[in-house]
Amino acid sequence: MRLALREVMLAFRRAPVLAILSITTIAFSLFAFGLFGLVAINIRSALREIEDRVEVRAFLVDGASSEAVEEVIKAALRMPQVASAGYVSPDSALQRARAELSEFRDVYDGTVLPQSVEVRLKPDLRDPDKVREVSNSLAVFPAVEDVRYGREWVEKLYRLRTIAGFVGMGLGLVLALVATIIIGATIRMAILARTREIEIMRLVGATNGFVRFPYLIDGVMKGVLGGVVATALAWGANTIVSRNLVATQFFDSRQIALGILAGALLGLVGSWISVGRHLRQVWRD
Amino acid sequence: MAGILRFAKVTKEYPRSGVAIKDLSFEVNKGEFVFLAGHSGAGKSTLLKLITMAERPTSGEVRVSGYSSATLKPRELPQLRRRLGIVFQDFRLLPDRTAEQNIAFALEVIGTPRANIGPRVSRLLTQVGLASKATSFPHELSGGEQQRVAIARALANDPFILLADEPTGNLDDRATHAIYLLLRDINASGTAVIMATHDVALIQRAGMRFLELDQGELVFDGTDAARLMADLRGRRRNDATPRVPHPDAAAVQP
Repeated sequence: MRLALREVMLAFRRAPVLAILSITTIAFSLFAFGLFGLVAINIRSALREIEDRVEVRAFLVDGASSEAVEEVIKAALRMPQVASAGYVSPDSALQRARAELSEFRDVYDGTVLPQSVEVRLKPDLRDPDKVREVSNSLAVFPAVEDVRYGREWVEKLYRLRTIAGFVGMGLGLVLALVATIIIGATIRMAILARTREIEIMRLVGATNGFVRFPYLIDGVMKGVLGGVVATALAWGANTIVSRNLVATQFFDSRQIALGILAGALLGLVGSWISVGRHLRQVWRD
Repeated sequence: MAGILRFAKVTKEYPRSGVAIKDLSFEVNKGEFVFLAGHSGAGKSTLLKLITMAERPTSGEVRVSGYSSATLKPRELPQLRRRLGIVFQDFRLLPDRTAEQNIAFALEVIGTPRANIGPRVSRLLTQVGLASKATSFPHELSGGEQQRVAIARALANDPFILLADEPTGNLDDRATHAIYLLLRDINASGTAVIMATHDVALIQRAGMRFLELDQGELVFDGTDAARLMADLRGRRRNDATPRVPHPDAAAVQP
């Protein structure tokens, strides 16, 4: 282990430009990945906020009896998706409209808004299908004239999230592949620079594991350093956006740890492939 | 006397360049000193590669100190290599390490405890007569001295067999003789030595057993150096007709 670390330090001192170059490339691939991750988590948190506002509103026919209204509310509460259901009188509807859309306050003078039943859904059960189910089952009541739930909105948001998820995943995979290839190439250069040492190690009976070890450590260290640099870059970018555009959310410590771990893993895989290929070649020579 | 190295009807054929070793059988006993003679391209280096099992025979079997080429797993190769010491014509020292660091390197990579490395390196340097040059870098040493460092490195893991591939090929007569004497010393302490060389005068002076290879075939196994001289002279005349060179003209690879 001590020998391996010494070898890594030696390799760094011998080819600092190469080492810095590989750390930088890893950092940039992870940084690009991280930026996308930031966009994704911020879309998700925005979605969650909007989801909180998703509600189903059943507008009632004029002059619906209070028993009929009660029946609709009870039916709504029996549904598993529903968190709460309540009656909104024309007066309170008007008041709320005035409060929420204060710039149109004068428009509402003399307006009569229909009475309605307002249904809120449980947090995890707000996807378009669930919302439609609730809406459909409320629509059958005779006291219900119309059900609205901002269907277009809900469906668009979900589509956006799905697309964001897929694009993120695809881009992430491509960048991970690029990072692995870059690490592999830099480790390969390091190996080629030390062909003679490896040759002698194998000649005097060092095991493949022993030969491989310093390079694996090297790859992991570069990956970790790349991950740290990428985190710093992403943090900088996030801060700039937060200050100048919109308040955004940064990764939590668990996500940062995962990112650095991903860097380490990329480094490990890249160097493993690279050393493995070299050792097999030598064996065949 | 137990055989620690045995070739049994060994043939080595390369896919592109053809037969390098043909139906070769011989045995080397513990503590023996054997020369390997023949022109460049006669198969000497291939033979050494077969011993280190960097190459496997196309047919036949090589047995080295209990390991068989037929059954050796890649995982066991390092164990075999630890029983062999190998020296090359071009020394193959690490240029950025001192003499003692070069020797220590061989001990470090096989996991020798740190505390044992220093004393062992000193002993090895003394054994090859270079105690005063411990902290010299290879470029500060003469060819003969560099080869001594390489020999010390080869001896680091107490090998059963020391393989020397043209160890004196780059050295002048005096250094050649000194290296030969050093190898004899090492042999006297019980290590078998196989020395490939085309230095006929050296073989003749030594009067030891030699194996003579020609185009991959064993044409002589004995001590009659006079015959070797005649053989090589005769063949040199025949060299007027071009011969297809063997691929093993290159140095031994691990």
